[in-house]
Amino acid sequence: MLTFEHVCKRYPDAGDALVDVSFGLSRGEMAFLTGRSGAGKSTLLKLIAMMEQCSRGNILLDGRNITRISERKIPYLRRNLGLIFQDYKLLNDRTVFDNVALPLIVSGFSHQDISRRVRASLDKVSLLGKERKYPLALSGGEQQRVGIARAIVNKPKLILADEPTGNLDPELSAEVMNMFEQFMQVGVTVLIATHDLELVNRLGHRVLTLDKGRLIVS
Amino acid sequence: MKQTHRKHSRQRLVEIFHAYLLNHAHGLFSSLGRLSRTPFTSAMTILVLSVAISLAGCFYIVVANIQQLTGNLQASNQMSLFLKEHINESVAQKMADQLARNDNIESIKFISKKQAMDEFKANSGFGDALNALEGNPLPNVIQILPKGVLDSREALDTLMADFKKMPEVEFVQVDMQWVERLQAIMRIASRGVTLVGVLLGFAVTFITGNTIRLELHNRQDEVVISKLVGATHAFIQRPFLYTGFWLGFIAGFSAWLIITIMLLIVESPVEKLSSLYHSSFELLYLSFSEFILLLMMASCLAVLGSWAVLHYQLRQIKPQ
Repeated sequence: MLTFEHVCKRYPDAGDALVDVSFGLSRGEMAFLTGRSGAGKSTLLKLIAMMEQCSRGNILLDGRNITRISERKIPYLRRNLGLIFQDYKLLNDRTVFDNVALPLIVSGFSHQDISRRVRASLDKVSLLGKERKYPLALSGGEQQRVGIARAIVNKPKLILADEPTGNLDPELSAEVMNMFEQFMQVGVTVLIATHDLELVNRLGHRVLTLDKGRLIVS
Repeated sequence: MKQTHRKHSRQRLVEIFHAYLLNHAHGLFSSLGRLSRTPFTSAMTILVLSVAISLAGCFYIVVANIQQLTGNLQASNQMSLFLKEHINESVAQKMADQLARNDNIESIKFISKKQAMDEFKANSGFGDALNALEGNPLPNVIQILPKGVLDSREALDTLMADFKKMPEVEFVQVDMQWVERLQAIMRIASRGVTLVGVLLGFAVTFITGNTIRLELHNRQDEVVISKLVGATHAFIQRPFLYTGFWLGFIAGFSAWLIITIMLLIVESPVEKLSSLYHSSFELLYLSFSEFILLLMMASCLAVLGSWAVLHYQLRQIKPQ
């Protein structure tokens, strides 16, 4: 599903962020990406989300090389990804429904499809009935679940989560992780960047650890 | 199996097209709604735009009006023969009758001293002051409209020279000379209209572009999030382009209003002036097609300005 081949990323002024990183994730696999701050976790996720381009090596997403993809094609490839952020990245002037519907509107789904899928998605994160609320009227945990609903509404093959539990208490964190495991069981590949080692150890999935840009445990 | 697949994909295409149209309609109306949610800012921008557009429009309509006026004059190579003071009315009338038989003359109008005085009294506003005059200082005048064949300058000049030689004639005035000069000035003015139009067109483009740039800046989060969920540039810029369109369209309309109101304000003084010259001059307003053209140009320039800004700025906004 996702393959890194000797990927290097060097920033002109900050030096090497990733050095010769190689690994693969298969369909329906769930993995944690850990490491200290500045170890390159965010860079790695940004490369997959095509927010950055790698300096060397190849990245294959669902068999397709996204290393030197043209800017025009990026939007269409991103539609196969579900992105989840620590700060949720919700639009606060739009309702929960509109936030979750955004990826579908962008992809040109019909009205009926959108409303059906948004409901299904909100149902999965147990937020059905809060469609008309605005994000700021929700708790942090609920906002994160809106973010998750938005990430899965497009039925992506790969979900990337950057510190999804960073702002949540342990109980809510466990709940969120539980959701990810459910997605994994229906064949979605999930990659979660986190430094919550306790949680990582408890769940016992594959762990990718980065240290100063190098992959040390895979 | 293959057939159902094809049928299914066609259905999907129809769906996508339908969603695309809906998206456009949504962009059209939501951008209008967004403008109305910041009424003060929107009004300021629209006001600035409409002032710029109406400036160009006013200049245009003023020149068009003067051109209409000089256009009427163009047809007449009318000459006025001012007769010497000692020539009395009956002699002058006889002379006019004689001239009327001239083959080169289309028509003749005799204006006696008295008629001229009455008109002058009625229209100049000096009525009472003129009553104080002892005699009538105005001369008898014969207005002559040469035949159409005399379009060329030389023919006119010969005719004019003939009149000048007549002993009763004090001097001959050809209206055409100043008409020609005026027309030369008008040619410059109409070129000026084009230049001013282009300049103000640039202003409209840049003002809208800058407004859209600010709007884009305010909605940066939305742009970033849309990009992250796979929105194309075309999708992201659509509502902004519609905002630009509305700014131009509304500004075009209010510019038309401004121009029309200004013309209404000057209409009655102009009519008065025109009656002083016995002219049937009617103030020109913007025609319907000019109004449509104004709206279209304003909208197009505004969209162009927005598009140029979006084209460059959208690339700059990258998700972090």
